[in-house]
Amino acid sequence: MTNGRLILKTENLGIEFGGLTAVKDFDIEMKANQIYGLIGPNGAGKTTIFNLLTKVYEPTHGSIYLNGKDITKESIVSVNQLGIARTFQNIRLFKDLTVLDNVKVGMHHSVRYNLLDSILKLPKYRNEEKAVREKAMSLLRLFDLEQFADVKASNLPYGKQRKLEIARALGTNPKLLLLDEPAAGMNPAETAELMETIKTVREKFSLAILLIEHDMKFVMGICERITVLNFGQVLATGTPDEIRNNPEVIAAYLGSDEE
Amino acid sequence: MAKLKTAFLGKNRNCHLCLGLVIIAYIVIEVLMYTGSLKSLFINLLVPVTSYIIVALALNLVVGISGELSLGHAGFMSIGAFTGVIVSNVMATMISNDILRLVISIIVGAIVAAFFGFLISIPVLKLQGDYLAIVTLAFGQIIKSLINNTFLGFDSNGFHFSFITNTVTLGTGGKMLINGPIGATATDRISTFTVGVILLIITILIIFHFINSKYGRSVMATRDDRIAAQSVGINVVKTKTIAFVLSAGIAGAAGVLYGLNFSTLVPARFDFNQSILILVYVVLGGLGNMFGTIISTFILVLLPELLRFLADYRMLIYAIVLIVIMIVTNNPTINQFIKKIFRRKKAEGELNND
Repeated sequence: MTNGRLILKTENLGIEFGGLTAVKDFDIEMKANQIYGLIGPNGAGKTTIFNLLTKVYEPTHGSIYLNGKDITKESIVSVNQLGIARTFQNIRLFKDLTVLDNVKVGMHHSVRYNLLDSILKLPKYRNEEKAVREKAMSLLRLFDLEQFADVKASNLPYGKQRKLEIARALGTNPKLLLLDEPAAGMNPAETAELMETIKTVREKFSLAILLIEHDMKFVMGICERITVLNFGQVLATGTPDEIRNNPEVIAAYLGSDEE
Repeated sequence: MAKLKTAFLGKNRNCHLCLGLVIIAYIVIEVLMYTGSLKSLFINLLVPVTSYIIVALALNLVVGISGELSLGHAGFMSIGAFTGVIVSNVMATMISNDILRLVISIIVGAIVAAFFGFLISIPVLKLQGDYLAIVTLAFGQIIKSLINNTFLGFDSNGFHFSFITNTVTLGTGGKMLINGPIGATATDRISTFTVGVILLIITILIIFHFINSKYGRSVMATRDDRIAAQSVGINVVKTKTIAFVLSAGIAGAAGVLYGLNFSTLVPARFDFNQSILILVYVVLGGLGNMFGTIISTFILVLLPELLRFLADYRMLIYAIVLIVIMIVTNNPTINQFIKKIFRRKKAEGELNND
């Protein structure tokens, strides 16, 4: 499945807030098409790393490479245009827009018409709008959300909001997808379903996925490689089996009664 | 599921509602005018009412859709109005057709106002928070003071301009276009209600087409969650600028319509109170609710005139009416009651259809 090309690489990535070091010397090497897990206790700095990779925070140390290109100095907007899309731990949907419009917003770069086309409602606008609607609907179908297309996003149940966030992120046509606790708040059946969906997404869009998750069944079942964080630093990196049997990880995070 | 669906108002339905309302109101008013059953006081208010509705819609685009507070829309109206006066006067000898002259004035006024909108949005929209409100507030005051101190005349030799003190001397056939605090005088009153309504319809179409386009979606997405909007690749500054400039341009067009409806127009007409009044129309109509804005503006512009018989108590009653409307529209019990009636009617209608 995975080929040798590196999609994401960081070197000594770190950030300090005032005197507090939140993340230190974070190195990761992700291959294209890989599903990669980022785990660790609460406050270990997982979400901070996502915020660094997407430039919500400005790193104080180190550099980030996407497909071999240094993106450390890019802005939050251009990082997305270069191919990184993400979801948020505390769901950030456009709550007053409909489900369909949320996905359409994600696709807005692939919509090619200018302001004049839209104000005068020229044929180009109609055609492009029709095309984006169809594309957005097919994304919603993938997540079983098509019957909610005209519902306000904030009226969706929690689990469906998480799925919508993934659909919106996919709309930006990313090469690397960052999922921040995609299974949080889902029941076991929904989680199992989500695992399948994420695998399908990886195949269908041929992208790499980096995910943060606390559900160990989920992480161990889906990830090909895992990095464990503790106190802002990498504790261990390896395959699920290596991580499961790593005594340091068991002591810091998994606990001895795991499985 | 059905409950969820009704929570969302169809967008096109809203646009058609607005257009229908305007067209029906226009036909009714024209018929009433034709049969002579309208008082001249009311007829004189028709063009100002349309201008205010257009400005209020433009402001709702900024406040409701873009989520930024602007306290200077009277300033854009002012720019539009005085640009319109200048253009219409200069072209008076060249173009004899009043309608054509009005249309050209409106277009030029809109472009100039949009340009000023662009200028002030450059520094401001990059910041977050209430900065736009503060800067537009200052902008409105500055524009008022600038025009208050501008003396601009026009004769066969071209434009003559002086600032603060009036040193303009004009040749024969010359005319003062802006005479400092006295403003514009002896302007041809070329605005008509029909052109106003057409401009209003165009405004409604532009605003709804904008809202339903990728630009409108981006603006609303930015309003709902700035970080999330950026994370899906939206340039939030650019998007907000487009909405603001569009709004400023529309406000300028409305200003032209307003300015060319009066033979005299003082710069102090477009002061801070005016901006606040327009904001009141928008807030009472509902943020982002264009249909409500049209109705609330119509009522609130006419109300002070209708209350004239109360003499000294007029503004007191006006304020009380405002407060009552606000309480009533925000009262959950009353809202529930209205919804109940509405739903029952709908249910009955569905039964009848079977």
